Amino acid sequence: MEGMAIRLQSLRKSFGRTEAVAGVDLEIADGEFFSMLGPSGSGKTTVLRMIAGFEAPTAGTIELAGTDVTRRAPFERDVHTVFQDYALFPHMTLEQNVAYSLKVRKVPKAERLARAREALASVRLEGFGGRRPSQLSGGQRQRVALARALVGRPKVLLLDEPLGALDLKLREQMQVELKAIQREIGITFVFVTHDQEEALTMSDRIAVFNQGRVEQVGTPAQIYERPATPFVAGFVGTSNLLSGDAAEQVVGDRATYSIRPEKIHVLKESAAAEPEHASATGTVAEVVYLGDATRFLVDLDAGGRLTALQQNLETSSEDVAALRGSRVSLQWHRRHNFQVPEASRPSVQDAPGKHVSK
Amino acid sequence: MNLSRPARITLRIAAALGFAVIYVPLFLVLVNSLNPDRSSGWPPPGLTFEWWADAWHSSGARDALWTSVKAGLGATAIALVLGTLIAFACQRYRFFGRDAISFVVVLPIALPGIVTGVALNTAFRTVLEPLGVGLGLFTVIVGHATFCIVVVFNNVIARLRRMPGSYEEAAMDLGAHSFRTYLDITFPLVRSALVAGGLLAFALSFDEIVVTTFTAGPGIQTLPVWIFSNMARPQQAPVVNVVAAVLVLLSVIPIYLAQRLSSDTASGSRI
Repeated sequence: MEGMAIRLQSLRKSFGRTEAVAGVDLEIADGEFFSMLGPSGSGKTTVLRMIAGFEAPTAGTIELAGTDVTRRAPFERDVHTVFQDYALFPHMTLEQNVAYSLKVRKVPKAERLARAREALASVRLEGFGGRRPSQLSGGQRQRVALARALVGRPKVLLLDEPLGALDLKLREQMQVELKAIQREIGITFVFVTHDQEEALTMSDRIAVFNQGRVEQVGTPAQIYERPATPFVAGFVGTSNLLSGDAAEQVVGDRATYSIRPEKIHVLKESAAAEPEHASATGTVAEVVYLGDATRFLVDLDAGGRLTALQQNLETSSEDVAALRGSRVSLQWHRRHNFQVPEASRPSVQDAPGKHVSK
Repeated sequence: MNLSRPARITLRIAAALGFAVIYVPLFLVLVNSLNPDRSSGWPPPGLTFEWWADAWHSSGARDALWTSVKAGLGATAIALVLGTLIAFACQRYRFFGRDAISFVVVLPIALPGIVTGVALNTAFRTVLEPLGVGLGLFTVIVGHATFCIVVVFNNVIARLRRMPGSYEEAAMDLGAHSFRTYLDITFPLVRSALVAGGLLAFALSFDEIVVTTFTAGPGIQTLPVWIFSNMARPQQAPVVNVVAAVLVLLSVIPIYLAQRLSSDTASGSRI
């Protein structure tokens, strides 16, 4: 299919009796920044390793740019990987590391050195070419791994939690840099992460993984504001679900609703509901002061508990702490309560491997 | 950790005693090889290199040294090939009986030499002799290889355990086929462990006596066996001292090099 960098069809992988990937279909477009998001053990890394060719699928097919590569070895695929531990060769200099893919492809020495230097310069490591990986900091190693994977101009770059080992500041800086590099060179990035914020900030599209399956594929806004399953609603952002009797009383319908905490206003109990707003009274069970904002956990009179997030524009920590135990009214615009489809596949709650019998 | 003064002194004396028990006798051997008194009287009346010259011209000692070198090199070569292959198999692949195999590989180093010796002797006589291969240098090499494999295996597997599999995956990911990956990545990273294992294996073989006695054919005498059979002859005592001194020096070098090459050497109990 034209314009498709990667196409996975009914991909499965079992390790012994554990089914790590239980049927995944995905299409990733050329030039897309695509994230695979999910908790550990959800199968996202296994899918990435199957695209790279390190694991052979138990069933299903993998196409790269329209060609079936399911049975091909890693060195026969036009994808390069940035490993979680970077996997820089410790017995080679940075220049040799970066030039390795060119050396294997028999690019003449002068040219490959020039390209390696250029690649190192592009990740702001000019003049580091003669050093060994052990002489670098984590952030520098990360950039070398990126340069090494990009120097051969692959069609697709696979990134396996590449920012996981970095501290928060460096991670945020690298997020911006990675995104800029991807936009500049325009190749497809497939990015594996368990960090929902990372996925939301960087991606064009996100696939949310759970127990070896894809729960939802969509843009960050779709994933965040229109979660397709209760799992997505809970995993991306704070879990804030109203269901059963509580949903019927507050929203007026017996279904499961997701409301994002920042959309909920915390008002005095006596406050009248604005038009088009849903409202629910309750007692503040807990107040968590976050510095820039405060999180309220409110037990509703209708049953259930909601989390509301308020910016600390004028309030201070003493003000908000005094609200613990007080009576409040929660209000939000009705367009913000989103009905979550009930779990469409019963297997979502199943233990891995059991679904086969259904 | 801070120790009390008496504890410190006691521990230092104990350490000094321990080292003295091991190294003073070795030092005495060296001194006596230079002692002009044929019966190693103490204190030495002077210094002489007469025994060193005698030893140099003793054809028995020279033949024995040559036999030891051949046996050591042969056993080391077998151990390097087999030990490395087993280490890769046990570290890189999961298969039925993997733990059992790594146990069985390591076991020979713990077996009493006399048991290995008798067992090999019987086996060689029953299996090899009907085929026309008698006990000789070849059987000594095979006997030594049984425990030399262990040190190579231990060294290589320790290195492989510390080496993440992602290096090899990264090489293949960057376009190197399997053999190229081995040449460019795997071999350079395990090379020093191989050399260290080989040196230790050679040192083990070089001073082995028990297994050698049971597996050597008539006329095959390694250096340690030669020393053992000449010790009882008072006439030969000074030359034995010289040979022993040479043996000490020859064993020190490989062990020193092996230690420097691999900080993670899991060396066997026989060293």
